[in-house]
Amino acid sequence: MALLTIKNLSVGYDGQPIVSGLNFSVNAGDYLCIVGENGSGKTTLMKTLLGLREPLSGQIIPGDGLKRNEIGYLPQQTIVQKDFPASVREIVLSGFQGRTGLRPFYNREEKQEAEENMRRMGIANHADQCYRELSGGQQQRVLLARALCATRKILLLDEPVSGLDPKVTEELYKLIYSLNQEKITIIMISHDVAAAVQYATHILHIGNTVFFGTKDEWRVVAG
Amino acid sequence: MIEKLSLYFQYPFVRYALIVGVLIALCSSLLGVTLVLKRFSFIGDGLSHVAFGAMAIAAVFNLSNEMLIVLPVTVISAVLLLRTGQNTRIKGDSAIAMISVGAMALGYLLMNIFSTSSNLSGDVCSTLFGSTSILTLNEREVILCAVLSALVVLIFVLFYNKIFAVTFDEAFAKATGTPVDRYNLLIAVITAVIIVLAMNLVGSLLISALVIFPALSAMRLFGSFKGVTICSAIISVICAAAGIIISILAGTPVGSTIVAVDIVAFAVCFIVGKVTGATKE
Repeated sequence: MALLTIKNLSVGYDGQPIVSGLNFSVNAGDYLCIVGENGSGKTTLMKTLLGLREPLSGQIIPGDGLKRNEIGYLPQQTIVQKDFPASVREIVLSGFQGRTGLRPFYNREEKQEAEENMRRMGIANHADQCYRELSGGQQQRVLLARALCATRKILLLDEPVSGLDPKVTEELYKLIYSLNQEKITIIMISHDVAAAVQYATHILHIGNTVFFGTKDEWRVVAG
Repeated sequence: MIEKLSLYFQYPFVRYALIVGVLIALCSSLLGVTLVLKRFSFIGDGLSHVAFGAMAIAAVFNLSNEMLIVLPVTVISAVLLLRTGQNTRIKGDSAIAMISVGAMALGYLLMNIFSTSSNLSGDVCSTLFGSTSILTLNEREVILCAVLSALVVLIFVLFYNKIFAVTFDEAFAKATGTPVDRYNLLIAVITAVIIVLAMNLVGSLLISALVIFPALSAMRLFGSFKGVTICSAIISVICAAAGIIISILAGTPVGSTIVAVDIVAFAVCFIVGKVTGATKE
């Protein structure tokens, strides 16, 4: 069974659909890129997948025993965060919050896992530094490390490379690809169709034309 | 001067004032960091006006214990304000302005119409700017204040990590399964309790200062949430204690003296932060 099955889904604001009639499924290990013009509803779709907003109609069916608190998310940065006094370690640890329930403090395994995830993302030597002093690329790595603390199964990323320079963008794409190689399912919103085609296994295009299929099928359609 | 102080400290009411002042300062600073970062500092302001209105009602009904009406009314308003801030039919900030100014006007009106007090403007002034009432606390009030403060500190420590997660990134917390709404509610309720407590100390117009200044000062110096929180608590406690002592010695109003000390502390932290480069702009 698929990790996520989307049936006849419509998403939008205040009862007004932006995208409707979506049908697709995401299997474990897939790398799905969501592409489409500005305002085509990519972020709204992702927020609906995450349960941050209600679908207007249709269904999102989790499979393979995927639970609510096993989803990792990398949101677009907010203004608040750019000026937030927090150390890298504090932010990464907060990724466990969905699992701790009412337990007030993090346990030793969680602390070790946070250190391990900071190492994986190459920010271990910044652990005690203040988040707002880091470069844009480093900040994204911190948020990725946090997302990894929340999940071992599936990551949803909302334009992770926006505002980054080409070199850092390339590094971040490679990093995300390496996570996919470690069997973490990836769903990513991207502006950058070329990069999407390079790394993804599946493409979902929303907007005037809706397309869902594998990368090879997309190449045929897009010519 | 030391002699004068030690003479004053023989009186229980001076000791009570200092204990209560320090406790209130501690509580208000803890949540201050979150309120400032969540851009909620105005909620504190709105709530303090509501608390004033509630106080007026309590005065009209001649209640012996004002807390009975002020605390629940403020807590309910906190919950309502938080709701309106989220679903925005009426914009969050105008909703707060409406409620707070409305509560204030009605409060003053009620006091004027029904008051039996001979010194109405004195009563109003002391509710707004804090009074010498902190020097007239009895033992029961001190105990109540101490219990509430201890509760606030305990809840803050137990929920510290959750408050951090919800403050830093609500969307992420919600998406990964944290009951964000419940914690926002908790934050609102604690804020209301703190504001009602702090009204005794600095009066309803000056409460925001007690909440905001220590947090902003600490944010000039530290780059981690824990560092900022602890530093803000220390600054707040020191300023409150210094403010109370100065006001006793110099005969100035307690509330505004504490706020004045807070302002000085902010200026110092600002300069230190600039010089050491602890915070990049």
